Amino acid sequence: MLKTIAARALGIVALAAGLALAQGVALTGAGATFPYPLYAKYFDVYSQKKGVRVNYQSIGSGGGIRQLFEQTVQFGASDAPLSDAELKKFEDAYGTKILHIPTALGAVVPTYNLPGLTQPLKLSGPILADIFLGKVTRWNDPKIAALNPGVNLPPLPITVVHRSDGSGTTYIWTEYLAKVSPEWKARVGFGKSVAWPVGLGGKGNEGVAGLVRQVPGAIGYNELIYAIQSKIPYAAVKNRSGRFILASLESVREAANLDRISQDTRVSLTDTPAENGYPISSFTWLLVYQDMAKNRAVKDMRVARAVRDLLWWVIHEGQQYNERLHYARLPEVVVRVSEKNIASLRYGNQPLQ
Amino acid sequence: MPHWLYRKLGDRIFAWVVLLLAFGVVLAALLVAWELLRGGWLAFRTFGFWGFLTGREWNAVSERFGAWPPLLGTLLTSAAALALAFFPSLAAAIFSVEYAPRWLREPLAFMVDLLAALPSVVYGLWGIFVLAPLVRNVLELPLFGWAAAQAPWLVPVLGPPTGIGLLSSVLVLALMIVPYASSLARDAIALVPREQKEAMYALGATRWEVVRLVVVPYARGGIFAGVVLALARALGETMAVTMLIGNSVQLPFTFFGPAATMASAIANEFTEATGDLHLSSLLALGFVLLLIALLTNLGANLVLAHLRSREVKR
Repeated sequence: MLKTIAARALGIVALAAGLALAQGVALTGAGATFPYPLYAKYFDVYSQKKGVRVNYQSIGSGGGIRQLFEQTVQFGASDAPLSDAELKKFEDAYGTKILHIPTALGAVVPTYNLPGLTQPLKLSGPILADIFLGKVTRWNDPKIAALNPGVNLPPLPITVVHRSDGSGTTYIWTEYLAKVSPEWKARVGFGKSVAWPVGLGGKGNEGVAGLVRQVPGAIGYNELIYAIQSKIPYAAVKNRSGRFILASLESVREAANLDRISQDTRVSLTDTPAENGYPISSFTWLLVYQDMAKNRAVKDMRVARAVRDLLWWVIHEGQQYNERLHYARLPEVVVRVSEKNIASLRYGNQPLQ
Repeated sequence: MPHWLYRKLGDRIFAWVVLLLAFGVVLAALLVAWELLRGGWLAFRTFGFWGFLTGREWNAVSERFGAWPPLLGTLLTSAAALALAFFPSLAAAIFSVEYAPRWLREPLAFMVDLLAALPSVVYGLWGIFVLAPLVRNVLELPLFGWAAAQAPWLVPVLGPPTGIGLLSSVLVLALMIVPYASSLARDAIALVPREQKEAMYALGATRWEVVRLVVVPYARGGIFAGVVLALARALGETMAVTMLIGNSVQLPFTFFGPAATMASAIANEFTEATGDLHLSSLLALGFVLLLIALLTNLGANLVLAHLRSREVKR
């Protein structure tokens, strides 16, 4: 009697375990907050369609990279590409490359508060750098006026607003300024947090937007999506081919529409040579170990395959959700490059095809 | 449990439980300190302890980290907020115990304590949307305009009149710490023996004289304890200050201009600190903050002991 009960109980346990297996694996990732709304949508749809649950923690790019190094997640996510030093750190510790898989494009726009201005302001990279260096201090400065003929610029002092927290947004912004201004490059440099020469710091996109709204004559920088959603005016920026481009989903996608993209996709799109591209655009990436067997969080081949399938889905079917959520979708050339990268994923010696 | 066993062991078990819980608290504090020191070790080793404390540059790009700007910001905001909050909170305590009619006492005390229950992010939002524009238009712009016309040397000391910066964050911080200073002072004042006060009145003293000569001297231990609690609160306050102070580590700080505190620097930079040295410097900052809190408490204990010994001598 007792034996049969035990046997039955065991059978039920085995059955339950079998069901859990059949339902597939659950994946965990962590990182950037900027694409979180998009990833939440991706992973929700993905679990409904494929039955694979993906748990994404938007703890910030820095945290995501740390978690990936600690091997508590199967994939990380970052708004800034890993530096050569960071890549080497992974390589030295685990003997495998980290692959960057772009998922979407974002842009950073100069947001401002100029009462009485009706049309979007026009600015150029060098002037933005001079403003953020504290060299151009009034809105009616002749340099700004020269770009905006016919616009009545007030004699207000310029109040610079920047992010106080480390962020991918700051990385893209300062990387652009460093490209277009040698003085910015020498004095400040670029990174997720820098030593700002002037200005007020606000925490998060909402902090910067809040300060820009509160202080007449303020100029800050925000993610495009955030500026659109909270209806803050933002300036058109002169790109390398001399056109003033207002950031939009099209002009941001155009920024990555290049003839050639380097294979590791760790390419900077700021100051893009693309003719109609918005000059302060950037990819946001998912990060995975090329040899997934080296990641303790990837327990077996099945989990590795699940990660691979997810990545594949994101750069193909997933892309249709980008524009609805105000993220630019990947241009074809980037999808092709990423397909090759995903095909190079392996588990030990075995490819994941 | 049998009756005899309970009588024999009950007390001992209770003593052990209390001891264990008490030690648990101490252990938790020590572990926090240890973890911060361990995490900040790289920064202390790279810059030296004093080098880190007195370094004036905080730059994640060149990876040079000095705690002096945020340290100075923490000390400045806390001291200024305490100075602003001290008399109002003492007055609120004295009023609610000695002057207010009986029906008003409880509601008044309740409202003051409610200030402590408001989340600090609410203070921050109120600061950004209500206080900062008010401070800019009523205080900063007129003062700045006056200085520009009459005393140009004052302009760089005042800093940009944007409403976001040191002044606004000190004002909000002062408001936030009032209930801490006030509620301990109130309890201490309520404990002043009625006989002492009545004896004073019998001698013909006015209310002001009673408060000055009996109530405040008698309750000064409690008042001081409230001040220490308020100071500790101000030192560690993060959210509201981060939202209002303007977060700039560029020295020198100005009256109206942006500054930074240690807590705000940690809150701002922790999530995206990828460099080992950057992360370590933030943890080291946490350790320094802990040290300052410890020193404040030790200093407070010394003062309290001094106050008591003087009471005994009398």
